[in-house]
This record gives sequence, C-alpha cells and structure tokens, in this order.
Amino acid sequence: MHYIEPHIHMISRTTDDYHRMAMAGCVACTEPAFWAGYDRPHPEAFADYFEHLTSFERGRAARFSIAHHCWLCINPKEAEDVAFSREVIQIVRQFIDRPGVVGIGEIGFNKNSRNELTILEEQVALAVELNQLILVHTPHMEDKLKGTRLTLDVLDAHGVSPDRAMIDHMEEHTTRLVRDRGYWVGMTIYPDTKFTPQRAVDTIETLAGDRLWINSSADWAYSDPLLLPQTRFEMQRRGHTEAMIQKVLYDNPLQFLSQSGKFKVTVT
Amino acid sequence: MTDQSHTCPMTASNVIETYFLEHRGKLLDIAAFLDRVDRASGAPDAKGDFLIKALHEGLRLVASDEPGRARRLLESLSDPTNEPIPAAHTKSASGAYDEKS
Ligand SMILES: [Zn+2]
Repeated sequence: MHYIEPHIHMISRTTDDYHRMAMAGCVACTEPAFWAGYDRPHPEAFADYFEHLTSFERGRAARFSIAHHCWLCINPKEAEDVAFSREVIQIVRQFIDRPGVVGIGEIGFNKNSRNELTILEEQVALAVELNQLILVHTPHMEDKLKGTRLTLDVLDAHGVSPDRAMIDHMEEHTTRLVRDRGYWVGMTIYPDTKFTPQRAVDTIETLAGDRLWINSSADWAYSDPLLLPQTRFEMQRRGHTEAMIQKVLYDNPLQFLSQSGKFKVTVT
Repeated sequence: MTDQSHTCPMTASNVIETYFLEHRGKLLDIAAFLDRVDRASGAPDAKGDFLIKALHEGLRLVASDEPGRARRLLESLSDPTNEPIPAAHTKSASGAYDEKS
C-alpha cells in the first residue's frame, strides 16, 4: 500500500533511506525547513539551503519515484535573532514560487519566547499574504502545551483558515485543543522518548482518523524514516480496516497538501 | 471529554495479551532507574530534584482509575504559564517544568 511521508528532513538522510522508503511504499514526501543542529552564521546560508531543498533533493527522491516537496521558513530555533530572521524571510519570498514548495513551515515556538512570537507572527502574516499553507512546529516536552496555545492564538488573530494549517508534533494533551479549534492534527513518531507508534494509533482511534496526519520527522538526530510503515503495522495488528489505514497514511495528507495546488504524488 | 469507549478495535483481553510484557518491562525500567539514582553519589540531594519529583507525581497519576492518564501525565509535566518568556537562553527542553526556572 502506498503512503505519503509528510514531514521528513531528507537533507540529513542517505540515499539508502529513499530506497528503503520507496520499497516500503512511500510515493511522496514533504520536507519542512528546519534547524541544522547549529545556528547558521549568515542569512545567505538559507539561500543555499532552499536551493538544495528545491532542486537537488527533488532529483534525488525522483530516482526512487518519490515526489519530493518542501516548506520554507526561518525555523523557531533560529528565530531568537529577529533581525537575522527578517533577512531570511526576504529569502523565503525569493524561493516561494519554485516548483514543489507547498507552504510556509515549520514555523512556531521552541522556548515560547517573545522574539519567537514576533517572528511567528511575521511568518503567519507572510503565509496569509501569499495564500500559503502553514505547517506549525510545536515545542517539545514541558514547553509544548503552552506553545500550542500561543500558536493557536496567533493563527486565529491573523484569520488563518483552520483547514489550511497543520499543527504538528501533537501528543495526548494537545490534540483536543487543536481539534476543538478546527485545525489539523499532526503527530510525529519517534524511536524513543516522545511518541510511539502505539500512542499514535491510540490517538488516531480517539479522533476517528479524521483531519490528522502522522510522520517520522526523521532528521540528523536519532530517528527512523520507516516509522510510518511500522505504524501501519501497528494499525493492522489491532484489526483496523485497510480503508482506515489508507485514510491516515495517504488520503488525509493528500487532502491537506492538495490545497497548496503544487502537491503531486507522481514524480514530474 | 467525549466518551472514548469502544474506540480501540481489540478486546480488552487482547490488548492485555498483546502489550502486557512490553509494559511490564517499561515499569521495571522505571524501578531500576530510581534504584540507580539511589546507588549513585549525591543520591540524598537527588530526592529534591524537580525531575525526580515530577516522575513521582507522574507515577501517582498513572496509578489512577480514571481514563485520560496519558493526557493528565503530560499536563502535569507542562509549563502552566501563559505569557511568552522574555528571551530564550537555551534551545532544549528538560522534560518537566521547573517552577524555579
Ligand atoms: Zn521537522
């Protein structure tokens, strides 16, 4: 069965991973712009990064018939420097019309700081101005609940249509908050510490599989690009129907991402 | 909270049969972790560590009979404040809210 990996940082992964994902049924992926593990020394470094995401990575994925797409932004971990972030936002404008760019992301909070809030507001305003989909990164651990609340307030204040914003890295204490305000729920599955395939399927069950997606968010840290097939197996062993599995792993991300007008599941 | 009964397609005995050993192992990991802290140097001070306190409070919530344990556990580990902090001085999270931070 085919699946879509809607949040993965392939720049950090090997070509072997594309091969293994393709063999497991992956036909398309989207790669949000994120932190490289260190703060980039110059805003211009983001021009190189966005060039990589919109050209090299697309070609590398296409060799395995995986349609690669990306999201552009200044990520929250580097948003504490407001002047630096504003320069990056100007670079985002230069790349946003490239093929395969599906929206602004992953934006949001990391430590819930005032400067992070300022840059989040400016990027949400940019997405509204350019009519772009939004992918939200929510903070980890003890910062997640507060960061999710603050983010939803920003989205509401800017008049973002809840249909067009995915709030990612949700866990049991934030899914209802997001769902009750009409936004999409994203869940990231990790090999350790944060969220497991079992808990993801628990949440899928309590939300009846509606308006949600799951992803591996695999990157340069300890992570696993095959956590979606593993979660598919968890759904199968609990006795979920093929229709339900397809809804979660394919139909839902397709529905959300198709709103961008630039998302294709076949390599072009 | 809406009623969540019957949202899992398995029977309760099936769930227990499928997952018990895995979670027995996870419970033992917690017990051994707390023993390891006790055996380490500086153990008496660790009793007041906010992370260890948070874990003990979490264990109390997990032992509850009420559904929604995972949600309540995550809430108990969360920063309860509403205002953005003045500035971010670190990029990482510790796993529990430190009232003294
Ligand atoms: Zn990410």
